[in-house]
Amino acid sequence: MTDQLTTDPAKPAQRMRAGSMSITLMPWIIASLLLLFLPFIFQANSAITIMNQMSITIIFALAYNMLLGQGGMLSFGHAVYMGVGGFACVHIMNMDDFFANIPLPLLPVFGGLFGMGLATIVGAFSTRKAGTVFAMISLGVGELIAACSVIIVAFFGGEEGISGDRTYGMPFFGVEFLQQIEVYYLIAFWVIISAALMYLFSRTPVGRMANAVRDNPERAEFLGYSARWVRFYSFVASGFFAGVAGALFAINYEILTEENLNLVTSGQILLVTFLGGVGFFFGPILGAIVFTLVQTVLSLQTELWAFYAGVLFVATVMFFPGGLAGVLMMHVPAMRLGKAKLLVVPYIKTLLPALIGILGLSALVEMVFHFRHAATGDHEMTLFWTTFDSHTLLPWIVAVVITVAAFWLMRMNMPGMVAAWHQANTVGKDRA
Amino acid sequence: MDLILVNLIDGLVTGLLLFMLSAGLTLIFSMMGVLNFAHASFYMLGAYFAYQISLALGFWMGLLIAPLIVGVLGAGVERYGLRRVHQYGHVPELIFTFGLALLIEELVQFLWGKNQMPYDIPEVLNFTAFAIAGNSIPAYKIFMIFISVGIFIGLLYILTKTRVGMIIQAALSYPRTVEALGHNVPLVFMGVFGVGTALAGVAGVIAGPVLGTFPGMAFVLGSIVFVTIVIGGLGSLWGALVASLLIGWITTFAKSYNVRMEDVLNGIGISTPTNLDDNLFRDFWTITSPQIADILPYILMVLILIFRPYGLLGKRDA
Repeated sequence: MTDQLTTDPAKPAQRMRAGSMSITLMPWIIASLLLLFLPFIFQANSAITIMNQMSITIIFALAYNMLLGQGGMLSFGHAVYMGVGGFACVHIMNMDDFFANIPLPLLPVFGGLFGMGLATIVGAFSTRKAGTVFAMISLGVGELIAACSVIIVAFFGGEEGISGDRTYGMPFFGVEFLQQIEVYYLIAFWVIISAALMYLFSRTPVGRMANAVRDNPERAEFLGYSARWVRFYSFVASGFFAGVAGALFAINYEILTEENLNLVTSGQILLVTFLGGVGFFFGPILGAIVFTLVQTVLSLQTELWAFYAGVLFVATVMFFPGGLAGVLMMHVPAMRLGKAKLLVVPYIKTLLPALIGILGLSALVEMVFHFRHAATGDHEMTLFWTTFDSHTLLPWIVAVVITVAAFWLMRMNMPGMVAAWHQANTVGKDRA
Repeated sequence: MDLILVNLIDGLVTGLLLFMLSAGLTLIFSMMGVLNFAHASFYMLGAYFAYQISLALGFWMGLLIAPLIVGVLGAGVERYGLRRVHQYGHVPELIFTFGLALLIEELVQFLWGKNQMPYDIPEVLNFTAFAIAGNSIPAYKIFMIFISVGIFIGLLYILTKTRVGMIIQAALSYPRTVEALGHNVPLVFMGVFGVGTALAGVAGVIAGPVLGTFPGMAFVLGSIVFVTIVIGGLGSLWGALVASLLIGWITTFAKSYNVRMEDVLNGIGISTPTNLDDNLFRDFWTITSPQIADILPYILMVLILIFRPYGLLGKRDA
């Protein structure tokens, strides 16, 4: 047996390595085309606003996942790098002479550089350790800078923040970015660029070492790599892309306030990333899309959307630590075996009652909320297109019965789903 | 001189309050290696439960019952939440407690609304204990000091002198050996978590009337508590005490003495630049100590982490 120089597709270990090193272009082309044509499908201004917000969140979540998913570093203050990048960009927008000479699409580079600068300073001492210590430092630094925003008025603008005007930049091939749709294409361009760059970063030796340091820092050190420097590089790169996201935020909204720096924003991006799934590159993208949709749709429907988001988050951490992407990827083996269709019926039989049960539960939650907090005398409430009196017994009974019945049905069908799952993931003929 | 004494007392009250939270947090950390982000949320729950109970049964029953409920809730969270997430590793554990903190805040808003609750000092304690040069010291502050010192001494006694304390201390360092000796270590963990959160509950009950009972109260104190145990050294009980008192006094003194940055800089020989309004660092020059009192702990923490990464009294590899 001679040494094999080429990868042999029959050998699983080599096949895996070969698969991870090659870069397929297809998803990128599809994503670009999708971003290009989405505005033709959703033409309303509100839709474009949501898509802009989504894109900014995607970049930020991907940058965050460079730390959390790829580097194993949990940051509780990552909003700071996005915020500082954004603040710096608004200041550049307000520097008339300078801003008039750079086209707007180049502004995110400056935002990224500022985010990266701050990450270099903070990373110098915070990346010494991963895990809890890193999390604590990130929290402390985040709070420190968020608190500074009220004190250092010259840069952060105090409570009211600072605002600028994106149209003062040098026209870019005649485009002055007056309209939302022009901004959309600018942001879409940067989403593709930054996502591709971040993906390529994860394929570089540093990116691969970040995974190794995440999984086993001691072993990486024995191999001669400095875990600290590997973490530092990831941190700085993540700071750059967070800054890019901040710059896009500045371009889109033209105002930045203390809100962009505080713990709420930092916590939200953790939520988005984890919800999407930290184990896969596309997880945060999924998380950003779903979260933005849930946020906009739910917050129109109910005051309690943050409560539901919290429940969803805790449930994800407890039951699906892989997030949405993890759940999706769980089905890949079944697909490969060509048995995915076995799952369809059991899924409908179990998940439909579960969905009804969850809706029933949320109806109960809404009714409790209305009962406790509605203005006195206001007994009428509307839920799921029905209007009723929240102070009478009947709606409560109906909601409880529906909820209990749906969950009971779900429990009854659960064993069937589990059996179907095992069957779908077993190689070979079905046991009749 | 008199003012110093008043400030010392005020700082002591703040410091001891912080200590009640950080003691539980640091105990939990040294046991399970997980920082409970929701710790301050249990403090908030303590205040809200005590308020609700005080409406029906009065302040003292609230002081007695609310921490018990909070402790049971905490133990439940450990048993059914954390233990489940534990298998995924430390980072998911942290994320779980963080999510829990968010959830509890939303839950409190859901049940009690966003406004501050009228939770007040009981009539019995609503008088002036004594006065120092015209500055009256309310009896409630003295009561707070006594409660916290009492709890601290009790905790120290239990941990160092009783059999339960010995098992806990042994389980901190050698959980497997203790388990092999026939002790139920998961139960010990659950108990410590419950007691830690109950301590936070007590802090909430007695702090609620003075600091206000509102949904943001966990957030206000929460990050300071983490800063405290990082400064003291993760996992060190004495470190937590030292750091709590240090932070209590630093913030109190910074708030009551109006030290201006300009005077400090002039004092060390840097003269104020002319036309300050155009200067890039104008905000830096006009900083006063009350303004930055609340962020001093963070600055202290960053400095500690740079120069002594394992905290004041922490061991090298906590």
